[in-house]
Amino acid sequence: METIFVSLGGGLMQAFEPLNLFMILAGCLAGLFVGCMPGLGSVNGVAILLPVTFLVPPTAAIIFLAALYYGAMYGGAISSITLGIPGASTAVATVFDGRPMAQAGKADKALMAAAIASFIGGTVSIILFTLFAPPLAAFALKFGPQEEFALMLLAFATFIGLGGDDIPKTIFSILLGLVMAAIGFDIISGQPRMIFFDMVELQRGIGFLVLAIGIYGIGEMLWTLESTKGQVQMHNVKITWARFKENLKEVKVYINSTWLGSFLGFFVGTLPAAGATPAALMSYGLSKTFSKDPDSFGKGNISGVAAPEAANNAASTGSMLPMITLGIPGSPTTAILLGGMIIWGLRPGPLLFTESPDFVWGLIGSMYVANVATVLLNLALIPVFIRVLAMPFTLLTPIIFILCVLGVFATTDRMFDTWIMLILGVAGYLMRKLNYPVAPAVLAIVLGPLAERSLRQSLISSQGDVTTFITRPISLTCVILALLLVSYPLIQRLVRRRTAVQAD
Amino acid sequence: MSFVKSLAVSALALAVAAPAVAQDWAPRKPVEFIIMAGTGGGADQIARLLQGLIEKKGLSSRPFIPINKPGGSGAEALRYLQDKAGDDHTVMMTLNSFYTTPIIQEDLGVDITAFTPIGLMAMDTFLLWVNTDREDITDLDSYVETVKAAGLDWKVGGTGSGQEDSVLTAMMEAAFDYDVTYIPFPGGGTVAKNLVGNQIDSTVNNPAEQMEFYRAGNSKPLVQFTGERMAAFPDVPTAKELGVDIEYYMQRSVNGPPGMSAEATAFYTNLFEELFNSQEWQDYCTSDGLTCDNFMKGADLANFHATQKVAHEKLIEQVGAKAITGE
Repeated sequence: METIFVSLGGGLMQAFEPLNLFMILAGCLAGLFVGCMPGLGSVNGVAILLPVTFLVPPTAAIIFLAALYYGAMYGGAISSITLGIPGASTAVATVFDGRPMAQAGKADKALMAAAIASFIGGTVSIILFTLFAPPLAAFALKFGPQEEFALMLLAFATFIGLGGDDIPKTIFSILLGLVMAAIGFDIISGQPRMIFFDMVELQRGIGFLVLAIGIYGIGEMLWTLESTKGQVQMHNVKITWARFKENLKEVKVYINSTWLGSFLGFFVGTLPAAGATPAALMSYGLSKTFSKDPDSFGKGNISGVAAPEAANNAASTGSMLPMITLGIPGSPTTAILLGGMIIWGLRPGPLLFTESPDFVWGLIGSMYVANVATVLLNLALIPVFIRVLAMPFTLLTPIIFILCVLGVFATTDRMFDTWIMLILGVAGYLMRKLNYPVAPAVLAIVLGPLAERSLRQSLISSQGDVTTFITRPISLTCVILALLLVSYPLIQRLVRRRTAVQAD
Repeated sequence: MSFVKSLAVSALALAVAAPAVAQDWAPRKPVEFIIMAGTGGGADQIARLLQGLIEKKGLSSRPFIPINKPGGSGAEALRYLQDKAGDDHTVMMTLNSFYTTPIIQEDLGVDITAFTPIGLMAMDTFLLWVNTDREDITDLDSYVETVKAAGLDWKVGGTGSGQEDSVLTAMMEAAFDYDVTYIPFPGGGTVAKNLVGNQIDSTVNNPAEQMEFYRAGNSKPLVQFTGERMAAFPDVPTAKELGVDIEYYMQRSVNGPPGMSAEATAFYTNLFEELFNSQEWQDYCTSDGLTCDNFMKGADLANFHATQKVAHEKLIEQVGAKAITGE
C-alpha cells in the first residue's frame, strides 16, 4: 500500500510538470469541443490529433491523449443536453432527462449536474484504479462468455422499467432494436443475414449512431414541431452568481445516483467486453428503478442526468485498465491510445506496471489532474453552451437537421446511412406519437450484438447446455440479480396496489 | 511589418513549390486504413504501429485513420473495400482471411484478385499456446493425448470460422485425428485474454498476440508452425521436427480497392516501402517473430495473391470447408 502512495506521489509530481500540465489543459479543451460536435466524436479527434503527440515525450503524449478522451466524455453530454442529439453512444442516456430539462429552461442545471457527476465518477474511478488495479485485472480475466452474457441480461433487466407501464410496447421496442442489430453478417458463421431486398449496403449493418441520431435528432425535432406548431420559445437562462450557488446546492438531490453510477461505471468499464455505453445505460436504469419517484424519469429528473454521466466517466477510466494490463482496448478511442503506446515502444500487458512504472504512474497522476481541469473548464463554459438555446427555434431546427445529416455522413461516409437515418427519424416520430417508448430500441441495438456473441460463444463451448449460465458463480450471481431486478418493479407495483386498496 | 513580410515570403514559397507538388499524387482527405480484424490482434497492432509511423515520419499530409471491420471473419471488410471500387482514399491491412473468407462464403461476391495490391509488409507465424497452469501439458505429445481424452470438451479459441487460425486448427484436427470445439472471438487480443483467464484451453495465436503474456509467464508455446525455429523462440520445436507436416504462414499485406488510380497506387506503394525499410519496422519484425526480408509489390504481389488463393482453395478442399466452419 505504501509503495502505491509513493508511486502515486511521483505520478502527481509528473502531472504538475509545466509541459504535462499544459498538455492536460490542451487535451481537455480539445476533447470538450470534439465531444460536443455530433459526428466528430472522440475517435476521429484522437486520430487527427495523434501527430501532436510526436512533438513531446511519450508520457506527455499519452497524458494529452488521455485528457482529450476525458474531455470528449464530458463534451458528449453538452450536445445531448443542448441539442438533444447524443454525440456518442456513451451520452445516449443523458438525452433522456437532459433534453427535457433544457426544454424546461433548466439547461444550466443539467449541464452542471453532468459536469459534477462526471467529476465525481471520474475521481471515484481513478481512486479505485490506483488502489486495486492488479486484483481487478485478475478479476476481469474471470469474465468468460458466460459471465459477459449474464452481465448483458443484467443490463437488459435494468431497463425493463424504462418504457413505463406498457410492458408489451416496451418489449416490441426492444425486439425492433434487436432485429436491426441482427442485420449484417452473422457473428459466428460470417454469413450475411437479414439483407432485405438484397440491398448490399445492408451487409454493413445499421450502426448505433444512425439509429440514435435518427430517433433523437430528427424524430424529436418533428415531435416538437408538431406539438408546438413551431411556436416554441426556448428558454434563455440568465446565469448569475446566485443561480450558480443555488445549482451547486442541488448536488445533494442527485448525489446518490452519482455514487451508484460511479461504482457501477468503474466496475463495468474494467470488463473488456462492456465499456462506457452499457455502464451509462445500466446506471440510468438502476437509478430509475430505485428512485422514490420513478415516473419523473424521462421528464427531466436531474438524477437521470447525473447517473449516466457519472457512469460513463467512471467507465472510461475503468476501460484504461484492460488496455494497460491486457492490451485489449475497451473502446475505439482507447485503441488509438494503444497504437500510440506501441509506437513509443511501450507494450501494454501484465508487465507494463513493473517495467514502465514512470509511464503508468504518470498517466494515473494526470488522470486526477485532468478530472479537476475538465470540471473547472466545464463549469466556466456553461454560459457559452447555454447560448445555443437562446437561438430562435426557426434557426435552431435547421441547424440541428444539418448536424444530424452531417454527423451520420461524417462517421459512415455513405449516403445510404443518411437515408436510413432519416427514415428511422420518421419512424421514431411515429413511435412517439403512438406512445411506444424509443429508448429500449436504442438500448437493444447497442447491447444486442454483445449479448448475441457471448450467448452463442457460451452455448458453443457448453455444447448447447443452457445450465452453463447457472453453474458458474459470477454468472449465476448476475442471473439472480437480473431476475430480482425484473421482478422488483412488479412487486413494488403489487405492494402499492395493495396499500392503495387497503387505504380505500 | 515582419509578419506581413513572412506571409509574403511563404506565399511566394508556396507558389514556387506548387507546380512540383502537383505532379505527384497525394491524399486530399484522411485515408481510411481498414483492418479486417478486431482490436488488439496482430493485424490491429501492426496497422496502428504503421499509422503512428506515418504520422511520426510525416509521410502523408492527411492522417491515416484505422478502422476495424472484423465482422464475418473479414467479410465485412472485404465487401466494404469491394464497394469502394475506384476510391483513392481507402487502403486495407489484410490477413489470410483475405483468401479464405471469399472461398468459404461463395455468395459474398468478392474477387480478391481484382483488388489493387500495394505492398507485402511481413509474413507472420503461428505457435500453439496453452495456459501455464496446464502443468500436465509439456509438449506436443502430451497435448494431443490430453485433447483426445477431452474430446469435444476441449475448447480452442480463434478469431472466426474461415480465419487462418481456424484453417490451422482444422489442419491439426486432420493430422492428429481428433475433434475439438472451436469458439470464435472478435480478435486475437481477446483470444489471448481468454486463454490466460482459462476460458478456453488452447489457441494458435501469432507471437505478437501472446508475447506480453508469455513474458509474464501466463502462457506457454508448445510448437511453432514454421520451417525453422524463430529467433524469438529458440527452445520451441517446429512441427516438422516432431514429424508433423504442418507449415503455415500468414501474409500481412496492404491492398487497395479495385480500380485505384495508378498515381495513388504509386503513392501508397512508396509510402509503405519507406515504412518497410525503416528501423522501427524492422525492429518490430525481429521482436515479434515476423519475417520481413523483402518488400513485395505490384505484379509480384498480384502473382503472390493468385498463388496463395489457389493454395488455400486446395487446403480448404483437403480439410473440408465443413471442418473449418464447424458445421
